[in-house]
Amino acid sequence: MLPESIEKNMSNETLITGKKAENAIKESLFLFTLYICVTIAILTLMTLIYDVLSTGITRLTSDYEVGLITKIQIDNPVDFLTTLDSRYPDRAGIGPAFAGTVWLMIIVVFVTFPFGTGAAIYLQEFAPKNRLTRFIELNLTNLAGVPSVIYGLLGLAVFVRLAGFGRSVLSGGLTLTLLILPVVIVASREALKAVPDTIRQGALALGATKFQAVFRQVVPSAIPGMVTGMVLGLSRAIGETAPLIFMGALTYVNYFPDTPLSGFTAIPIQVYNWIGYPQAEWKETASAGIILLLGLLLIMNSLAIFIRNRYEKDL
Amino acid sequence: METKETVQVNNESVFNVSDLSVSYGDFVAIKNVNMDITKNKITAFIGPSGCGKSTLIRTFNRMNDLILGAKVNGTITYQGVDLYDKMVDPVQVRRRIGMVFQKPNPFPKTIKENITFGLKVNNMTDNMDDRVEKALTQAALWDEVKDDLDKNALELSGGQQQRLCIARTIAVEPDTILMDEPCSALDPVATKKIEDLMQELVKEFSILIVTHNMQQASRSSDYCAFFTTKTSDDGKRRTGELVEFNETSVMFTTPDKELTEQYISGRFG
Repeated sequence: MLPESIEKNMSNETLITGKKAENAIKESLFLFTLYICVTIAILTLMTLIYDVLSTGITRLTSDYEVGLITKIQIDNPVDFLTTLDSRYPDRAGIGPAFAGTVWLMIIVVFVTFPFGTGAAIYLQEFAPKNRLTRFIELNLTNLAGVPSVIYGLLGLAVFVRLAGFGRSVLSGGLTLTLLILPVVIVASREALKAVPDTIRQGALALGATKFQAVFRQVVPSAIPGMVTGMVLGLSRAIGETAPLIFMGALTYVNYFPDTPLSGFTAIPIQVYNWIGYPQAEWKETASAGIILLLGLLLIMNSLAIFIRNRYEKDL
Repeated sequence: METKETVQVNNESVFNVSDLSVSYGDFVAIKNVNMDITKNKITAFIGPSGCGKSTLIRTFNRMNDLILGAKVNGTITYQGVDLYDKMVDPVQVRRRIGMVFQKPNPFPKTIKENITFGLKVNNMTDNMDDRVEKALTQAALWDEVKDDLDKNALELSGGQQQRLCIARTIAVEPDTILMDEPCSALDPVATKKIEDLMQELVKEFSILIVTHNMQQASRSSDYCAFFTTKTSDDGKRRTGELVEFNETSVMFTTPDKELTEQYISGRFG
């Protein structure tokens, strides 16, 4: 049977009148479907960006024609970033919220990086493969999916009340740290996992101890991936509103937070607050805030991509 | 069981293996190995895939410790010391017994750093530049890379990478080098270079090499061990066993066992 069928397939007839045309239609249909999927995703983003830009750009560009009556106070990015909030939409800047977000990010980076990478290195390289480790791994994956509001409650109970940090930017930063820690740990573990085992074996075969092999060969190779995971975690934290509101971040702040124990607000909270006002002008101010947030996100994600491309070919 | 035999050699031996078996969980990879490895000679391990050669060679520097569930029974003594004694530190074992792997595995760093890493972890930080040059020269790589010591090692060709791995192994001055199919990823020209290199290195080091290449074993080794797999009675498990261990010249001309003769003449395996 077999030789016969092989012979049949090898004949020139099948070679010429094969199913090429039929396959081509199927393939182009399938490709078309894929294009549609991509287009929907891109269009959504474009619509959002267009909507926000067209509304909010008035607060960020000075060539805006102001009706006939009053001149808008805030009409360029620097003023917008440095001015305090106001009860008049055209005088409201995002200064305190921007400063609050910067404070939050600094705290998140300094706490998450050591704890996140430390936990990942331990779990991936040193932890014994037993039930407890598997239990921890399962919980990490679950934690990464817990709704962010829950972390707000946790932050309120632990940092605000128990630790006595109050409704401060420190409590906020630590709450966001808890939120992104599982994500950062999982990403860092993936980065470590991607380091070929032959590197570990090569180091050990030279008489390196486990510690030397991990910290002088494996971790340096995984750093780009770890940093990428960290940046992506940060860009999740920067957009979070719910946990911060839950743990008691302020909504109207008319000063710049100057110590970790200052009260604070953050960009997404500020935007949420502005959107809530009935006057149409607030929508413009809120959109300007969103533009700022999107800009920050774009910068951070570009940074992650840059780091990945810059260092991944060295491995 | 009938393969249990030890070839007595007059030369000084570096390893004595007796009744060695290695298992992973329930699976016995290789069992009943008895052999003496002679100092400053090249000993080749040959045999079909899955016969436990690589498993066996990894017991000589305790690389098997890294595999979950691997268990070694029997004894391997290295210069009279039982390698699996509780008091023996595997890190110290690996400092004395180097290993070169199947696939070249240079660190993703510069050529120089590949060598200095081993020196640093072994506290051999005096005259580092001299040591780097000596190791690369011994590995027949110095002339090719002396001007690009700061180049990333991954930019080297496969054969150069493997010689770099040999260089970093000998840089830490071991007295035995284990090679697990060092040429299987290399082309014939690069293979020839490694084989020539082995003849140079054996003056100073004892070399154990696992190879699939029969010609390589016959060309380069002084002693040769032939392993094969035995299937259990119920046909479910395959266990590696040592069939014959002899001087290479004897084994490739007048082997004791028929199985060996069949394998090296290509009629089996």
